[in-house]
Amino acid sequence: METDELLLNMGPVHPATHGVLRFKLRMDGEIIRDCEIVMGYLHRGTEKLGEMKTYLQFIPYTDRLDYLSAMPNNYAYVKAVEELADIEVPLRAEYIRVLTLELNRIINHLVFMGSLILDLGANTAIMWGFREREKALQLYEMLCGARMTFSYMRIGGVREDLPEGFIPKLNDFIKDMEKRIVDYEQLINGNEIFLLRMKNIGVINADEAINYGMTGPSLRGSGVNYDIRKLEPYSIYPDIDFKACVRKECDSYARYLVRMDEMKESLHILRQVADTMPAGDIITTQKYGIAPMTGAPSAVMTYFPRIFTPPVGEVYTRTEAPKGELGFYVVSDGTTKPYRVKIRSPSFCNLVALPKMIVGLKIPDLIAAFGTIDIVLGDVDR
Amino acid sequence: MIANAYELVVYILSAIGIYDPINGFFQNYGMEYLLRIIIIVVEIVVLLVFVLLTVMFLSWLERKMFAWVQSRYGPMITGPHGLFQPIADGIKLVGKEDIIPAGADRWIFTLAPFIIFVPALLVFIPLPFGDSLIISDLRIGLLYIIAISALSPVSILLAGWASNNKYSLMGAMRAVAQDISYTIPLALAAIAVVLYVGSLSTVDIVRAQEGTWFDIIPRWFIFVQPLAFILFLIASIAEMGRIPFDFQESEQELVAGFYTEYSGMKFAMYFLGEYAHMFAVSGVIVTVFLGGWTGPVLPFIPVQITSLVYFIIKTYAVIFFAMWLRDTVPRMRIDQLLNLGWKIMIPLALLNLLVTSFLLTAGVV
Repeated sequence: METDELLLNMGPVHPATHGVLRFKLRMDGEIIRDCEIVMGYLHRGTEKLGEMKTYLQFIPYTDRLDYLSAMPNNYAYVKAVEELADIEVPLRAEYIRVLTLELNRIINHLVFMGSLILDLGANTAIMWGFREREKALQLYEMLCGARMTFSYMRIGGVREDLPEGFIPKLNDFIKDMEKRIVDYEQLINGNEIFLLRMKNIGVINADEAINYGMTGPSLRGSGVNYDIRKLEPYSIYPDIDFKACVRKECDSYARYLVRMDEMKESLHILRQVADTMPAGDIITTQKYGIAPMTGAPSAVMTYFPRIFTPPVGEVYTRTEAPKGELGFYVVSDGTTKPYRVKIRSPSFCNLVALPKMIVGLKIPDLIAAFGTIDIVLGDVDR
Repeated sequence: MIANAYELVVYILSAIGIYDPINGFFQNYGMEYLLRIIIIVVEIVVLLVFVLLTVMFLSWLERKMFAWVQSRYGPMITGPHGLFQPIADGIKLVGKEDIIPAGADRWIFTLAPFIIFVPALLVFIPLPFGDSLIISDLRIGLLYIIAISALSPVSILLAGWASNNKYSLMGAMRAVAQDISYTIPLALAAIAVVLYVGSLSTVDIVRAQEGTWFDIIPRWFIFVQPLAFILFLIASIAEMGRIPFDFQESEQELVAGFYTEYSGMKFAMYFLGEYAHMFAVSGVIVTVFLGGWTGPVLPFIPVQITSLVYFIIKTYAVIFFAMWLRDTVPRMRIDQLLNLGWKIMIPLALLNLLVTSFLLTAGVV
């Protein structure tokens, strides 16, 4: 019997594309023969906006890149500017930063877990994930008033000090979370149908993954021990005991397990940070640029000017965001605004490897593999 | 001995002494058949109302259970604990615009939702809700049920084809492939029971399960035919088209599968059809394997009432299982179900049939 190939446009509005993303699929019945990813539906010109705003003004825009993990975006940007202007950050500020970063990693992986399982058709895990995420968001709310777009990092430190009673609440959260992770694993890991759907699906070997520029947990699921917190330790990570989670199976299940392990590691880090939180300033006292305001209402305004001019130069910094390597390339021409801001977003680079994983498989496998590379469209399109 | 609901109505009318006058009235005009028709119509209306109310209750129960599993409340606003939510949904759906896509085949598109609802209701005809609470005790009851339930993919195929939508078409193709692969093990598993009973009549099947072993274990076929029960259960859940086997819809892959293009009341027909089907299939499982209406006989209460209660309790237990499954497990892949159906379930069902017929012929059981 003669059959035609079916051209299926999956998206931009589709329940499982996690936003506005389009797959152009050439289908032979249920089997995917070719997959082209069409992106850009959420392009907001963030990089160009970076050239229009002063260094400080750009921080809120970074929140909106990967809106599930805004804190690492904030951090990656301020870290770039700090390196550009050679600004020292006080130790307490660094501790608070790492605390928020790791908390955000947990939030991100909870949403990842929930949406992945939802994509596979099981409906419960997402609510469980969101239940714990809510507790973490309440911690953030306590810290900076915001739940998703924090804008909490400042060049040279953080915006607010830890509020009273934050550390005990954090400890409660850690204790609760340790129990919940066991729950998740009981719900998901041993499920035969889940294993059928995940094992040996979306396989990408280490070489291919590296060639496609995959980073983060998705790459570590292919057996590459590549964690920037270990390779180029920044902030206080060298002083903290944790391990990079790696799995060798290269399939969707490995990528899922890496993230579940990372949640445990993040809890481990959080516990250490909460126990050893030093006293001190939360923002640099280094005098920089024009004179800071006197009598300003908060410490941030007192110490650090709203408009400052870093020296001429360029810098590329990379950090380990929950989704992978998040890099900011910032060029200064000696004015109050950056000359160029380039964002190397993990979601974008991980997403382009997807066709490699799923050609020859079926639509349900596309959904399963797509879920495990964990992207956010705001981060892909910028 | 009252055989079916018609005779039950006649018996009740006679007992209160009004059957003979009414019958006499109709006989005067030579139209006894008119009374028959009226009684049957009343039976069917009662059944329809019962099924529709059950369906509405099930859609509420599904949401509630879903919510409890997920540590939520579920519907709470409309009525006590949101009990009237299905009515609110119905009113909303009636008010929705009824869209027929420009490229759709209008006739088939409109007809398909009705075709799915009719088989779901027809299944109830030979289904015994209780002792003598049956519309018609067909001699081919079980065969009829299996044949009628296998009709619903026809509607799905029509809907998927007529919608002129790629997702709908893929959902429809999946439904047909799925139908063939689960109906065969379903029928084979049921045949083992039929061999045991020696009759296809649902009433005979239930009667064969009356009584107990050692005064404790009920003589249900789940204990006689455990393998057949498991196969029948899996195939039945596939037939209900629910997670983990809801390939025809599979929201995350095919948007809404075969009913992607449906809106308003046509969508509601599919929705109602799904729950009616679920209720029917659960009832069949109870009838064939869980002893149907049988249960301890209570003094002073008519057996019709107790048997109805036993049947409803057992049916809701099966429904509870199906809903629980939906809340917990992910969806399989269509080819994995086909593998399961053809490579595992059919050989197992045949093996079960072989062993059963051997044992029966040898006179062991």
